[in-house]
Amino acid sequence: MNNDQLYERYQRQLILKGFGAEAQQKLLSASVLVIGAGGLGCPLLQYLVAAGVGSIGIVDDDVVALSNLHRQVLYNVQMIGRPKVDCAVEVLKQLNPQVRFTVYNERLTNKNAVSILSAFDIIVDGSDNFATRYLVNDACVLLNKPLVYGAISQYEGQLAVFNVLLNHERSTNYRDLFPHPPKEGEVLNCAEAGVLGVLPGIIGSMMANETIKLITGTGTLLANRLLTYNTLNNQTYELEITAIADTRLLIPATEAVLQQTDYEMLCSSTTVMNEINTTQFNSMIADGSVAIVDVREKDELPVITAFSHLQIPLNSLQQHTAWLTEDTIVLFCLSGKRSAAAAKQLNELFGTSKKIYSLKGGIQQWMQQQKQTV
Amino acid sequence: MMRVEVLFFGKLVDIAGASLQMNNVRSTDELLEQLRLQYPALAAEKFMIAVDKKTISTNTSLTENCTVALLPPFSGG
Repeated sequence: MNNDQLYERYQRQLILKGFGAEAQQKLLSASVLVIGAGGLGCPLLQYLVAAGVGSIGIVDDDVVALSNLHRQVLYNVQMIGRPKVDCAVEVLKQLNPQVRFTVYNERLTNKNAVSILSAFDIIVDGSDNFATRYLVNDACVLLNKPLVYGAISQYEGQLAVFNVLLNHERSTNYRDLFPHPPKEGEVLNCAEAGVLGVLPGIIGSMMANETIKLITGTGTLLANRLLTYNTLNNQTYELEITAIADTRLLIPATEAVLQQTDYEMLCSSTTVMNEINTTQFNSMIADGSVAIVDVREKDELPVITAFSHLQIPLNSLQQHTAWLTEDTIVLFCLSGKRSAAAAKQLNELFGTSKKIYSLKGGIQQWMQQQKQTV
Repeated sequence: MMRVEVLFFGKLVDIAGASLQMNNVRSTDELLEQLRLQYPALAAEKFMIAVDKKTISTNTSLTENCTVALLPPFSGG
């Protein structure tokens, strides 16, 4: 592309006060890694490519699905079943053929993170799970890379720029906000909670904006700050993130330690209180001296008549603990999530004085199992 | 009487509403204790706390008309 074409393509941002040719040159020589080519990744990639970021990496191991299309606006129905990274690059190359793309059609793991992240100046996290988010954060701190962070849930989004060099010091990171990863079941994911397609569009665009500011030095970054945005009432809330002295101890200090840290495990339910399987559940029912408790709402289906049990909805559990006189309490709900939350509450309340169990997979899985064994 | 405004974010709104006023709570620990009595479901939730738009990680004393925000982590993308 000759200089005239370059000028024409970027003319609207070149003439912008406080931007100009110098900022454009910084964009053209920058390299950015986008983790996740989903709801946040799509708008992010579109705007970074359109703005002229020189080199872009994309990590994603997923394929396009019909349920993605309401929010992952790079894809169309013809692409269903194909790897997202391939489809994304196909579209993005037509938008701006000058951009150099590197695709990683794999999941980011503790084993490949260091080699993938090392090849880029700036890391942008649009992933959809805590294991990846903590891994990316820790790897960025370890490798001294700035991290543009965005995350969504239902109608709200969060945005921040982590670990950026300001006055010779690295700004705060995700561990200063949430030092320890939540366990599965403590927080909702999109598949369970739902999301309106335009929300990742808004937050992803804001992440692209912070990335462009970071590259060009324009404006004020969201460093040491967290911005939340609510689509229902258009309210924003901005916080100052205070550094926590001990968080550095939570982050692997060497590449070798990072590669040995099992992020999936840190975020999984395996360490959550006592979960029992359907076979153990059946023997508890047969035992007779055990309190079996349905923590679903009173009118929820399916109605369980196969064994006797108490009904105490999760939200009124604490008011009805007097009903729980047995030494062993077994909780169930439809999928096992609410019963896990109930078990946690009761564990905190009763300590070691009672044994509390939650049925893994819920009554749903139990009923399937019953059908199969009949 | 000391008054404190509490703001909830994410799915905490489903439990406690978007905001509420609390009286005579002198510290974030006291506030959490009262909130958990009022909304037992909060006990199962993970969130971080900000006092007057500044994140805190230890028990913090509250002042007249201060705002306490409870924000859960989001993972969606």
